[in-house]
Amino acid sequence: MDKRLERILPRVQKPARYVGGEYRQVVKDKAEVDVRFAFCFPDTYEIGMSNLGVRILYGMMNEMPGVWCERVFAPWPDMEEEMRRADIPLYALESGDAVGAFDMIGFSLGYEMAFTNVLNMLDLAHIPLHAAERTELTPIVLAGGTACYNPEPLADFIDLFSLGDGEDVTAELIALYRKGKAEGWSKGQFLRAAAELDGVYVPSLYDVTYHDDGTVAAITPRDGVRPTVTKRIVQDMDRAYFPVKTIVPSTEIVNDRVTLELFRGCIRGCRFCQAGYVYRPVRNRSKDLLVRYGIESLQDSGYQEMTLSSLSTSDYPPLNDLCDGLMDYCEEKKIHLSLPSLRADNFSMELQQRLARGRKVGLTFAPEAGSQRLRDVINKNLTEDDLLQSCRIAFEGGWNAVKLYFMLGLPTETDEDIVDIAKIAAHVVHTWREYAQDKRRGVTVTVSTSWFVPKPHTAFQWEAQITKEEYERRVQLLRDSIRTKSVSYKWHDSDTSFLEAVLSRGDRRLGRVLETAWRKGAKMDAWQDYYRLETWQDAFSACGLDPAFYANRVRTKDEVLPWSVISSGVSTAFLWRERERAYQGVTTPDCRGQCSGCGANRLVEGGKCDV
Amino acid sequence: MSKLRLLFEKDGPARYISHLDLMRTFQRLFLRGGMFIKHSKGFHPHPVMSIVLPLPVGQSSCCELLDFETEQELDCAVLPALLNEGCPEGLRVLEAYEAARPVRELAYVAAEAVLDYDGGVPGGAGARLTELFARPVLIVQKKTKHKDLADVDIIPLIREISFEERADEIAARLVVSAQNPGLNPILIGAAIEKELPAYRPDFISVRRTALLDAAGGVFR
Ligand code: SF4
Repeated sequence: MDKRLERILPRVQKPARYVGGEYRQVVKDKAEVDVRFAFCFPDTYEIGMSNLGVRILYGMMNEMPGVWCERVFAPWPDMEEEMRRADIPLYALESGDAVGAFDMIGFSLGYEMAFTNVLNMLDLAHIPLHAAERTELTPIVLAGGTACYNPEPLADFIDLFSLGDGEDVTAELIALYRKGKAEGWSKGQFLRAAAELDGVYVPSLYDVTYHDDGTVAAITPRDGVRPTVTKRIVQDMDRAYFPVKTIVPSTEIVNDRVTLELFRGCIRGCRFCQAGYVYRPVRNRSKDLLVRYGIESLQDSGYQEMTLSSLSTSDYPPLNDLCDGLMDYCEEKKIHLSLPSLRADNFSMELQQRLARGRKVGLTFAPEAGSQRLRDVINKNLTEDDLLQSCRIAFEGGWNAVKLYFMLGLPTETDEDIVDIAKIAAHVVHTWREYAQDKRRGVTVTVSTSWFVPKPHTAFQWEAQITKEEYERRVQLLRDSIRTKSVSYKWHDSDTSFLEAVLSRGDRRLGRVLETAWRKGAKMDAWQDYYRLETWQDAFSACGLDPAFYANRVRTKDEVLPWSVISSGVSTAFLWRERERAYQGVTTPDCRGQCSGCGANRLVEGGKCDV
Repeated sequence: MSKLRLLFEKDGPARYISHLDLMRTFQRLFLRGGMFIKHSKGFHPHPVMSIVLPLPVGQSSCCELLDFETEQELDCAVLPALLNEGCPEGLRVLEAYEAARPVRELAYVAAEAVLDYDGGVPGGAGARLTELFARPVLIVQKKTKHKDLADVDIIPLIREISFEERADEIAARLVVSAQNPGLNPILIGAAIEKELPAYRPDFISVRRTALLDAAGGVFR
């Protein structure tokens, strides 16, 4: 270990995050490696190591002969300060080598609030920030992940974006890079060739012009590249790589357990949900394979907890059989199975009870909106009866804590809808009074609200976010409306949702704002302790841009959206139709009920979704 | 059912695994090796195990001990190899055996502390340091359990100490009290900094080399 590193570690919090060496990390012989890939996660180790996508791509790349993929995380500011003072550049955990020495540097971007960390990590690695300043083939800086569905704010810094499932395209990019390196290509040659790969967006090959009012006039492809880039999908989940043998951190992380991915995509179609749209269509893994992966992962890792994860776990058709298949092993080894993102229905509740075996962990439901009218607007297929019935089963089974999640600021929301949130919570308490087995311990119902952020590639991509003042008024209204003693209310009171709304639908001009904000000290924006709205406001005024233009403005149907160069496979016409149905309060059936012709079927070989 | 003890080494990156995380790591090591050790009762059953004398984060050791109980018969001869297959880098089980001696018989810790002097060892350092630790009383500030500082006289806690001058470092060999109360060898740095600031090292690394009983024999 680097002596300089050894000296700073005793002074930083949780040093185990910075030394690697965990069980199942991959170390290769450099003499047998010709492509070194630095897989960067622009947040802490604990969050990055909790990400299944990181584990999948890490495992998959390291199975490729000649390729060595290593992990890099954003150091916590105490560590960053020590590293800068000791002049230690950002390094990869496996080899300890500086990131600047790698061939490819890939960022996993799950959320916009990590954008400044990308700049900070490049800087810590002593790599020039701007793609245009990096003139050589090596290193190539790329990014993938859900936040790349609008890559424009990062267009100045990233050489290429990979859209959609990364498994296949990452392998293709590595092969192309290897060819380019062997044949002595220039960076330009490589990028031009990469732009031919499906799912690859090279921002420098597109010119963006603007109208006087600041909206985009045109996005023009150069050099004959395709006008829109469509995301990639894994066709067959049973043939997709699953990281059975994966790193087990030696220090506690956020999701410190086996994560079993049941399926990708979601059949639902909640109109606010970006994941629901961009991961379409749904693709299931077969049950028997999952039972095998689950047990093997538990054996290999030694974890005593496993979560069955997906966007909406109850929608996995053979969920009961899957649980049956895992139960004996888990019971014998005292392994706890957990099911996040369950729907509020009888089936899910019974399953939950079976799995809990006496442990009463908190129950969480997400009605998202207080009234049936507004739930129809957002296409959240959940009635108050479903919710209360689920609560009844839970209370009869001995549960005494329920969390309810809502959003404030959804399109068409009225004060009545907000007051209805308080009513639902009161009805839950009432249900408890009527059905709880044991009332001695009382009940806690927690209502949480977040500030709705309209996201690109959703039916609400044209909407305005409500202003901060309006959000605060609605929070106050809800506070005043909650009069039941057992109900507590938590609201998201930071301004992060505002910045998220700005960045998620921003254009290329935000690159300057990002850089300015970062130079003024913005980083770790996803962390309350570090996020400073004033820094961002200063950066916006320094760049002559108005954040409200991005967050609080309604877009018209014919406006060229900055992310229209990217396609998730779901057509814009479908999203607009969904928006219109939202305003009419008309729901749309889920994919299993009836195909609504969103367009994602064209991504599937054979052209038909296997829902 | 038997009470077993593991002798293990903690070095390299594993030095930075905290006590709590090390317990978790061992729980998983047993499961990876296909062994199921005794669990507590209740809704949240957890494996019953304890580390005999937790090592401060950042220090290395070749003599750590961990006690646990099993419900199945385990072959102590093959146990280390089985566990080592699942170990993170720097952690290595050396031996497994019946935990015969009670932990209360552990009295002293032998350690080596290497004091780095980047600009070379200052003249006369060995002699000055030897004098310093020969004083009848030597007070340093030590963090208490409640995270505030308290004055402690470390002299009664040091049984032996000697210094050896090398090129850019001094090696200190110590035998210190293990428990009730014990002394973290790194605290000699605090004493030097306070009393002999001119001899303050740039860095101190500590390695635990043996656990001893009251008679100075190896505790295992
Ligand atoms: S094409 Fe039809 S079935 Fe397929 S994802 Fe779209 S709506 Fe669902």
